[in-house]
Parts: sequence; C-alpha cells; structure tokens
Amino acid sequence: MHMLNQNKAALPALLLLLLLQAGVTRAQMDNDAIMMGKNAFCGGPMYSYSSWNHYWEGTLKRTNKNLGTVSTQMVSLMGDYGITKNVNVLVMAPYVWTHATAGTLSGQHGIQDLSVWLKYRALKQNVGNGVLSTFVLGGASIPLTNYEPDYLPFSIGLHSKTLSGRLTVDYQQRHFFATAMGTYTWRSDVTIDEEAYYTTSLHFTNKVDMPNVAAEELRIGYRSSRLIIEAVGSNMNTLGGFDIRRNDMPFPSNKMNATMAGAHVRYFFKKDHGFSVDVDGDYTVAGRNVGQARSFDVGVFYLLSFSHHPTNNIK
Amino acid sequence: MQRHAPIFFVLALVAFAACNKSVSNVTDNLPALTPGNEDLNAGTWKPVLLTRPDTFAVATPVATSNAAYTADLNEIKAYQHNLTGDMKAQISYWSAGHVFRWNQIMLELVTKYNLPPYQNADGSYPVPSAANPFAYPNFPFSNPPYAARAYAYVTAAQYDALVACWHYKTLYNRPRPYQVDSTIQALAGKTTLSSYPSEGAVVAGATAELMQLLFPDEIANIQQKLSQEELALIASGSATRSDITAGEALGRQVADVYLARGRADNAGKAGGTPANWTSFVTTTEAESQIPWLSLEYPARPPMLPLFGKVKGFLCDSAAIIALRPSPPPSTNSADMTAAVQAAYNTVKNPTRAQMTTVQFWADGVSTYTPPGHWNYIAEKDFVKQNYSEVRWARNLALLNMAEMDAAISCWDIKYFYFNPRPTQMDARIKTLTGIPNFPSYVSGHAMFSGAASTILAHLVPSRASDYMSMSQDAANSRVLAGIHYAIDCQVGLTVGQHVGNYAVQRAMTDGAE
Repeated sequence: MHMLNQNKAALPALLLLLLLQAGVTRAQMDNDAIMMGKNAFCGGPMYSYSSWNHYWEGTLKRTNKNLGTVSTQMVSLMGDYGITKNVNVLVMAPYVWTHATAGTLSGQHGIQDLSVWLKYRALKQNVGNGVLSTFVLGGASIPLTNYEPDYLPFSIGLHSKTLSGRLTVDYQQRHFFATAMGTYTWRSDVTIDEEAYYTTSLHFTNKVDMPNVAAEELRIGYRSSRLIIEAVGSNMNTLGGFDIRRNDMPFPSNKMNATMAGAHVRYFFKKDHGFSVDVDGDYTVAGRNVGQARSFDVGVFYLLSFSHHPTNNIK
Repeated sequence: MQRHAPIFFVLALVAFAACNKSVSNVTDNLPALTPGNEDLNAGTWKPVLLTRPDTFAVATPVATSNAAYTADLNEIKAYQHNLTGDMKAQISYWSAGHVFRWNQIMLELVTKYNLPPYQNADGSYPVPSAANPFAYPNFPFSNPPYAARAYAYVTAAQYDALVACWHYKTLYNRPRPYQVDSTIQALAGKTTLSSYPSEGAVVAGATAELMQLLFPDEIANIQQKLSQEELALIASGSATRSDITAGEALGRQVADVYLARGRADNAGKAGGTPANWTSFVTTTEAESQIPWLSLEYPARPPMLPLFGKVKGFLCDSAAIIALRPSPPPSTNSADMTAAVQAAYNTVKNPTRAQMTTVQFWADGVSTYTPPGHWNYIAEKDFVKQNYSEVRWARNLALLNMAEMDAAISCWDIKYFYFNPRPTQMDARIKTLTGIPNFPSYVSGHAMFSGAASTILAHLVPSRASDYMSMSQDAANSRVLAGIHYAIDCQVGLTVGQHVGNYAVQRAMTDGAE
C-alpha cells in the first residue's frame, strides 16, 4: 500500500530544467541578443547534466537519504532559422533521463516538450557610443509524449502547455555588452493519473491548476564575432502555488522559485558559418520547493546559410 | 511576417491569459438529494453498537402551535428574508447530502494528516501524540490502517445515530417548517420525512464528537463546518432551531459510545514497542526465514505492527486468526527466487500504461489511502442512487467496517509472516511508487479492494462486475509497481473478499433489505 514512506519524502525538483524552456544559462538562442541573418540556419545537439543533493521543502533546506543525489540528463536538438534578419524562429525538443543515487524509486526517461520561439528585433539603434537593441519574443511549448507529471522529482517534465512573452533589451559598446530580459509564462492545467489530490485542500478531480511563472535574467560580458563570454544571473518565481509540507512529496503545482548564477561561453570556429561550441554552467543560489541544482551544458552547433549573401549570418 | 509576427503573438498571449484556468471538483454543483425511498422504517434497522434505537432519550418537541415554535419559524423567515450569496452556496453544498459531504470532509482530513514523521537527529523517529496538539509530528499519522478505522468509526456512528433519529422521527412525526407555514420556502428540496430531530444535525453532531478521538487538532475547524451546516439547514427551511438542537445532541450522545469503544479497541497500542519489533525478527529467523527490514533511511520502525490486535466491527479475534492464509513461499525456496526475478522483470522497462495503473491506485502519502479511494468510488455511485441519509450512512458504514476489518486481518497476516519486499531480496528492483514500510505478504491494496468490491457489489449489483475489475486492477497495480510479489495480491484479494462477505452477511440481516 502505498505509503511512500520511504521515499516519500522525496523531493522536488529539477524543476529548474523542467519548468520552462525559459531555462537560464542554457545555450538556446532564445535568451541571447543575437539574430540569424535571413535564411541562415543554426542547429545542433546539446547535452546537459543537472544534479542536487539539497533541496528546499518550502523554505526549509534539507537533504534526503532516500534520494541521495538526484540528477537530470537531457539531450536536446535545437535549431534557429532566420526568416528575415529581424525575425527568427527557434525550435527545441529534449530527451530527458532522471535518476537518484539512493532509495528505491525508479527514474524516468522519455521525450519531453517541443518548444518554439519567435524572436523579433523591434529596435536597433546607436545610443551613445554603443548599440541598443530591443527584442520581443513569443514562445509556446507542448508536451510531445504523455509522460506523468505527478511523479516528482522523477517526472521528466510538468506536462503543461505554455505560452510565453519576453522582452529583451541589449546594449553593446565595442565588445562589451549587457542584456536584460523579463519573461512571463502562462501554463495550462495539467492532467494527472490520480483522480484526487491534495494541495492545501483535497481536490476531487484529475485536473491541476498550474500557477504562471515570471522570470528575469541579466547577462553581462564580452561579445565578438567569434567569441561570447558572459556572466548570467537569473530569477524565476511561480505566481501562486503552494509549499511542500514537512516530509511530503513535491507536486506539479508547487510554488517553485529559484535564483541562479552562472557563466556561458560560446566560440565560433569560423566567423560566419560552420561549427560553434557552447558551454554553460550554473548554480542555484536560493530556491523554494526546488533542488539546489548545479548544471552543466555543452552544445555543438552548425551554422549554414541558404542566402546568396553568406556574410553577416549572425547579427 | 516580419511586420505581423509580434502582433500575432501578443494576441495569442492575451487570448491564452484570458481563458479560465480554474479547476473545479467533479462533486461540485450536485443537485439536492431527493431520495427515491425515505426508508421510513429505518428506526427498526439493526444498529452496530447501540442495543436499542431509544437508548438515548429525545424529549418530546413542543407543538407547532407553541410560541417557542413560532419563534423558530421567525428565525427561518429572517434568514430567508435576507439570504446572502454565501448562505445560498452553503445551502446548495449541504443539500447534496449530509452523510456524503461529511464523508468528503473525512477524506480530506485523512489526506491532510497522511504524512510520515521526519526522523530525529539521532535517526530515531518521533511518534505523533494526541497529548501534544499542534506540535510536530502532528497527530495522527493517518496511514491506511488508521484511516480505515477512522472512516469506520465515523460512518458507523452516523448510521447508529440516524437509526435512532428515524425512530424519533416516526415517534414524534413533526412536520417540516415549510409544511407548517407556507411562506417558508424549501430551498433544499422537500421531503416526506418528518422534521424532528434534524437528520443533518444528527450526522454533524456524531462526526464532530468523534474528532476528539480521531483528529483532535481539527476540533475547531470541524465545529465551524458544523455551524455552517446547521445554519444552512435552518435558512433552507429544512429544519427549525429546535430540530437542530435535538439532532446534534443525539448525534453526540451516540458518538460517545463510539468514543468509549475507540479508546479501548487496542489501536492506541498498535505501534508496539522496540521489544515487539525485535521479536518479529527473532521469531522469523527461528523459522529459518529472512525477516522483513525497513528499506527507509534511517530504518523506520514498522507501521502499526500490532494493528492486527485491534477490535474489529465484523470479525472477532478468532475470525481474524481463521482468516490467515497459508504461508508465502519460503524465502530460501526456488519459488521465491522466481518471484523476485519476476518482480525485477516487471519493472525493468515499465510502460506508460503500467505507470498509469500504478499511479491511479497508488493512494500513498498525502492521499486519502486505499480505503479512502474506495469511499470516493462508492460516493460517486451512491450519489446516483438517491439514497436516504440513513441508507447512505448504512452503506458507507458497511463499506468502512469491511475496510477496517480488512486492515486488521491484513496487518495480522503481515506481521505473522513478516515477509520481505522484493527490493529487499534484490536491490536492483527499482519501484514505480514508494515501498510501504511494512511486510509484503499479503498486499493491503489487494485486501482493501477485495473487501470493498465484495460489499459494494452487494449494495449496487448493477456495478458488480466493474467493482470486481477495479479491485483486480488495484491489486495488480502493486505487482506492476514492483513492490509486491504476484502471490501477495492474489491471496490478498481472496482474503479481502472473505472479509467483505462478513459485511454482506450483516447487510442481509440488518433489516434494511
């Protein structure tokens, strides 16, 4: 019978990764200030590894000997295509594996969600000695498989359909830049396998109302046509949701907040086409109902152009 | 595209944000209960603990011509004259059925308290104590045996109290307020059942009184719900203040009989002592069997190892011993090795459908437990049956007495054999839900489901095959999860059905059929 006594106290999550593709330092191009030129395409695989052995049960930081270290691995395919020099479309789909080093619960694996972003450069003008750019992004994600969201921290995602709006402002002077962005994500209800569940009261339904999410991010660093090096700080808050109770399991509609710090490097082997390598790392400095994750990503991308003007593929 | 893309996205986002995200319960907005049969003879049905329906006296009500009664009617008129939206919502909520709504509240309480305590710094575990209210760990830890017993006490007390209530309704035959005064509206529907004492207040009083024993930290919250319910009864024109007062008092008196029983039914000693825990190990080892071990870190004492000694409603202690099945395969046998290998193969590459069955029936921590799940299944069917309040209580009591006795029998068997879980035998077995902290043989899910499906099939014959198939799924879910051997569930289902038959026997002889 069920008492998940044991692992019960299992925990929260890698939510960070799972939450939105609004993920933070990840190398996806939805959160940088770079545009593909018209008809240019950049794409490739990315691998990420994230793990934690401490997590926040509400505001209480703890460990769990029935979980040990919980890890999430992800292999994503990503692509970024320049419809015009000011409108790009970005697509990503990951395969996810979850695992714990202790306890008896089985990890999960499978294809997670497809996410698509449309990125529009609304403004690019000289200001002072630099260039100010503003981007407006719209994003959507949809689960590609019917994985179970109510098996945290081992669910491979939260199974919500999402729509996101993002405003990005970038200022670059010579090779130094700063990028700030704010994102709001609406999340649809999710359906779980159980026919009743407890949040702060008992619900007699299998539908779960998911709180929306607000995220902010700041990036500061060096950017040239071959190299990007940046420091990244980000913050994510669910607008609503509830805390994990003492020694309870996590739940998809928990409040999940995280503040993260990290760094990102991207290197282009050639100036306007060919391979680039992308490496990220980040650390969760503070959180609520999430794991204190350390994450590392590496991606290899190939850039090619279908345009007759192969120069200026990245702007 | 370049020009219109941003506009398109803004519109899409606004449209999405505008859609209503609120999720509602499937049991919201039910119509008022309108029984097809008021069971006017229920005062003659056989109670569970009461020896007679008039054990507790209920005073003769004043005549409807009395000034005190007129004052009662004036109170109703005053509420109906200025009915707030909140009060209308309360009337609507409670009119779906008082036994039904209190059962939902019980499901919520069990869910809320179904959390195992976190360990102490030294690796021991604190024990919830009713003597230490509002302190961690909160009392109770409403695990499945605790929950089964709580549901049984509340529903059986409600049933006995309603049998007494029906006796006095027949005796005094006081009309409903809206029958006495045509200016009073019947906002919760009309009935041919007499008014005194109020059946809703009887149920509320019996339930609230039992909180002292079952969920002592909730006394104030439940008292508040009782007040809302009684106000809704008055404002709806269903009952007068004097109907309510007499009903609540009767419910509490009957529940006090259950309180006294509950304090002496051995449940308080079911946690056992360290000496008890050790003796299970030595007894099992003396028979050359591998004893059960907790798979939690740190190791947690076994859940309620002496619950098998609790005094049942349907089965006495001799019947509990007679229910014990033959032993599981020896832990040293080839059959056991094969069973462990089968468990490993089952969870090695689980399918999504397998996961769905496991999750649907998991009913683990922070849920209403398997007996609660069967209450929810029963509720949804009972709503369609339009039972009278007394039949609602009788049928839920039959279900929950079967579940409580299934818990007693199951725990007796589990600690008699003290059989290890598959993962203890082979650590490669990673499970699809948490491994419960008690021995494997026989499955609690299987026993609860066998007992519940048997009595429910008797009560709602049109659904019999559905209940049987659900009980198979529930039992099988534990094998699919990798936390039980197949034999645990096969045997558990059979023993559970035997317990369910005790409830069927009672149902056939209690005067209600």
